[in-house]
Amino acid sequence: MTLLGDVVRWFADPAHYQGSDAVQTRIYEHLAVSGLAVLAGLVIALPIGLYLGHTGRFGFIAVNVANIGRAIPSLAAIALAIPVAATLVGVQNGLGFWPTFLALIPLAVPPILTNAYVGVRGVDRDVIEAARGMGLSEGGILRRVELPLALPVVLAGIRTAAVNIVATATLGALVAFGGLGRYIVDGLALQEYDRLFAGALLVALLAIAVEVAFGTFERAAVSPGIRVQQRAF
Amino acid sequence: MKRAIRVAIPFIVAAFVASACGGAGTSGGTKPAITIGSTNFSEQLVLGELYSQILESNGYAVTRKFNLGNREIVFPALQSGQIDLEADYLATLLAFIDKTATGSTDPKVTAAALQKALTPKGVTVLDYAPAVDQNGFVVTKATADKYKLVKLSDLAPIGNQLVLGGPAECPNREFCALGLKNKYGITFKDFKALDTGGPLTVQALVGGQIDVGLLFTSDSTIAVRGFVLLEDDKQLQLSDNVAPVVRNDYLSKAGDDFKKVVNSIAPKLTTAELTGMNKLVEVDKKDPKDVAKEWLKKQGLIK
Repeated sequence: MTLLGDVVRWFADPAHYQGSDAVQTRIYEHLAVSGLAVLAGLVIALPIGLYLGHTGRFGFIAVNVANIGRAIPSLAAIALAIPVAATLVGVQNGLGFWPTFLALIPLAVPPILTNAYVGVRGVDRDVIEAARGMGLSEGGILRRVELPLALPVVLAGIRTAAVNIVATATLGALVAFGGLGRYIVDGLALQEYDRLFAGALLVALLAIAVEVAFGTFERAAVSPGIRVQQRAF
Repeated sequence: MKRAIRVAIPFIVAAFVASACGGAGTSGGTKPAITIGSTNFSEQLVLGELYSQILESNGYAVTRKFNLGNREIVFPALQSGQIDLEADYLATLLAFIDKTATGSTDPKVTAAALQKALTPKGVTVLDYAPAVDQNGFVVTKATADKYKLVKLSDLAPIGNQLVLGGPAECPNREFCALGLKNKYGITFKDFKALDTGGPLTVQALVGGQIDVGLLFTSDSTIAVRGFVLLEDDKQLQLSDNVAPVVRNDYLSKAGDDFKKVVNSIAPKLTTAELTGMNKLVEVDKKDPKDVAKEWLKKQGLIK
């Protein structure tokens, strides 16, 4: 119970809102790296998933290759990203943002790719045949028929990726990045459990906030006519 | 499902038996099994191996629990009996246990003060070695040239332009950022939590993410990388001689033979010898186990 009091006091301490270790700075860093990683994941996975879903070819292989991203332990990915980042973007960027960013991308790809593929594949074949019969081009079918119908599933994939990444970006603290993981790693090193708990709480709240934000966006973006009862994978 | 459970049972039982054996050990009368712990940097692994192997060659069963974390984790583990022995550093351990204690540059005085602080905790410090490993603040050659840095007091006027990097606990430690502020009047622009005198700190120095890094004075990478070790001109770092600390509970079980075996290392372990072993591990990437073994053999401490 004393821990809870300590955590409340920790949040009340104005010193924790100043300097490079300020709560708002850490939240910003955390959201920035997470957002960019999701964006990178989208750029990589969405076109591939949609295209493969549309053609229906090589989907099995692509989904399984992408799933390797889930199998790699994030802790190992982040450690391995140090030399990769040093080679790709120079030794002055070998620590901090870049390795964290690079290690998070493989985590964003699998849910986005899988859901995009499965969503498009799941569109009723008769609807597509009808669209083709009406003279729509293949690109037009994907854009104007398949994507709107698959949207709930596609968005659910992006949401899963985003929540995963917000929770995992804490590991960036191990490679000298900021973010909310800083409080967890430093709290452990200093045996300051109030700090550790405050960090964990902030990460959890942030993940929930992202989840809720995506849910609201989904409701707004998806056409009411096709709002399906089924939930995400 | 049933089949899976039946298949799993022998494995589970075996795991329990194995862990039970590990816990109890084969306490053979006068030579009780010992658990040796260490903190989380490479020199500590070498030291842990030195004490482990010399005890093993004298018939003690040793369980190694190395790389546990920093002192905030290892010392409570020693007190609570999860480990029986660890190699530590006189002045740093003293400051850790007694925040008000003032160590000395004389290891004899520091060791006596440390024992006084350790007695209520049920821990004894054995013979300290001449080897000293202190916190050292290093900059790259380029930084040293740019600001004309030779000693730590040179940092006082320009500290607010520089970023310090070191272990996460540094800002709260007397021998780290806290002492730099109190004794030298150096406040840095920012602090970056990295690792304890390890590869992240080295890389951050090389990459320029930090300007001043905390490394250990016995770290061979300082010379290999051409870093400049700033002279501690106001003697912030005190006599940090290597010394094994051991639980009294274990000591009373094991007796004088154990003390004699452990203490035989101290006279031979100089700073130069320790730095040499660190280089073999950190730069030449040798296994701490082999490095320790070779050194003990060379010194005639084991056969």
